[in-house]
Amino acid sequence: MKRFTISPPMAALVLAIVLFLLSGLLPNSYGSDAKIAISQATNIARLAVFLGVIAAGQTLVVISGFEGIDLSAGSVVTLTAIVTYVYVNGADEKVFVALLLSLAVGALIGFLNGIGITFLKISPFVMTLGMSGVVTGIVIILNHGNVSGKVAPIMTRVIARPVSASIPIPGAIVIWIIFGILMWLLLERTSYGKYLFAIGVNRVTAKLSGVNVTGMNLLTYALAGALAGFGGFLLVGNTGVVLISLGQPYLFPSIAAVAVGGTLLSGGKGSYWGSMAGAILLTLMTSLLTTMQMPESVRRMVLGATLLVLISIYGRQRALRQ
Amino acid sequence: MKRFAWNGITARYPALFALTLLILSLFINFLLQPNLFARDTLNSNMRVFLPLVILAAGQAVVILGGGIDISLGGIVSIVNTILATRVGLEGSPEAMWQYAAISLLVGILAGALNGFFVAYLRLQPIITTYATSFLFAGLALFILPNPGGGIPTSISELYRSSVPLGLPLAFYMIAVILLVWGYIRATRYGNFLFAVGGKAQAAYETAVPVTTIQFSTYVISGLMAAFSGIAITMLSGSGNAEIGSAMTLNSITAVVIGGTALSGGVGGVAGPMLGAITLGFLQNIISFADIDTWWETLAKASIIVAALATPGLINLIRRRRT
Repeated sequence: MKRFTISPPMAALVLAIVLFLLSGLLPNSYGSDAKIAISQATNIARLAVFLGVIAAGQTLVVISGFEGIDLSAGSVVTLTAIVTYVYVNGADEKVFVALLLSLAVGALIGFLNGIGITFLKISPFVMTLGMSGVVTGIVIILNHGNVSGKVAPIMTRVIARPVSASIPIPGAIVIWIIFGILMWLLLERTSYGKYLFAIGVNRVTAKLSGVNVTGMNLLTYALAGALAGFGGFLLVGNTGVVLISLGQPYLFPSIAAVAVGGTLLSGGKGSYWGSMAGAILLTLMTSLLTTMQMPESVRRMVLGATLLVLISIYGRQRALRQ
Repeated sequence: MKRFAWNGITARYPALFALTLLILSLFINFLLQPNLFARDTLNSNMRVFLPLVILAAGQAVVILGGGIDISLGGIVSIVNTILATRVGLEGSPEAMWQYAAISLLVGILAGALNGFFVAYLRLQPIITTYATSFLFAGLALFILPNPGGGIPTSISELYRSSVPLGLPLAFYMIAVILLVWGYIRATRYGNFLFAVGGKAQAAYETAVPVTTIQFSTYVISGLMAAFSGIAITMLSGSGNAEIGSAMTLNSITAVVIGGTALSGGVGGVAGPMLGAITLGFLQNIISFADIDTWWETLAKASIIVAALATPGLINLIRRRRT
């Protein structure tokens, strides 16, 4: 008999579909109306885009190994959202520069994380957690109670609205699919991707094989920051308003999404498809808990327990006894 | 020759850096607040620092054993919300001590949960305790959704203004912890702890009960977090589910300042406790330096990052010289 195996990304996707179908049984859900069901599914996919993009940077740093993680992602999202909001101020022609600005700000913060981790030997978790506090401090100064700004109409049209009247798919989903393909190319078809997996598996052998480990580490954290910055840019295009706590709620789910997708939290193995599936599953779970009118406290506990169960399945380390 | 001497000194006295920093911060503090060494000022400072000092001692034990505990702040929050909701402002002192005992039990249980996942299921300490931190923070929020509740004023007065023999209460607490640690350090358990933190595989091969030791460190840190929660509740006199969230990073920073290596097996508990006091004085300086309130978060976060970076910076400069 052949042993039945299923890859984590597939498992996450199947679980998401089953969960979505089951949610139809909830009293205030879509019931038997297929049209509402489809629009609800589209809506969840649209919300998953932002988590998915933020989880992209997280995927890279987790694959890079050495307990790689980026806890500054949430505050970077808030920062670039505010930067975009204030800089664009309703003008369409400024959107492109705002996008570059978001990427640059994110990359700079990520680069600083990389410096602390590679040169000062601070553990990634502690370094990025500390950086998160610094970025939050900057956000508070920039925000100063309230900011004046406005999202450009073109951002809302491209990100939040459907592609066209005949295709009821929101632009964000299209952006995400293109983004996913680019991420796949980056991980699987470039030397950067090859080196990334190499340093994730074993830094020493990677170094001996001629990989510039220090440079890769710096680049990866800078990239992760830039991707979080991109997430902030997209998110503000969708919400149209900025809050001081805009990005923080995405932080923990972004790590959980990476874990759900089967990327090893110890590094060296994983895929962005997995994180995409994970983002969908986690967004669905959060929105179901909201539909069921669960308070914030229960949502946190469910998220924590989910991650705990997941790492118990995927993340066990070698036993001391050989 | 000079390098040799420096290495010897830092290896023998890991708390030296904390001590230097402490004297420096005390001096600046003294300039800003000339009555710093008056009995009442000293007491009012020390009673604020004590919760973090206790927590840093717990964190130090876990880190010495080769792990890390991100969930400590969550345990502090749980204990705070239990006391604030169950004892109440009108409660009797007996009820307070009863629930304080229950809190200690809760801390031990929470630590045992962490220890079970890390030691027995062999999951990565950082990500596991990060997941349980969400679980604990959610639980605290579940117990007390909005800040409120409290403990009898007589109890908080007891904590705030007891100065037996003219010395702040906190000094006695610190002395007790140091005495207990001194005893533990001299026992077989103490040796095992350093062995496990230094190299778990080698410790296992020389018949050290690695799993049990790892498990015990989390139980100890959970217990210390409960003590810290009781102290902070007696200090504030009220309940807030977010009270512990900022304390986790602070406790890790205190350990780093205190010369205990995050890689485990090197350092002690006295250094981290000094580190916590130093951190307290540094944050005091910010409060006294008359900084614009908007800048305070950034200033405090920057100090944390700077403190985390300094040992790495010293190492970097030292290696360059040779």
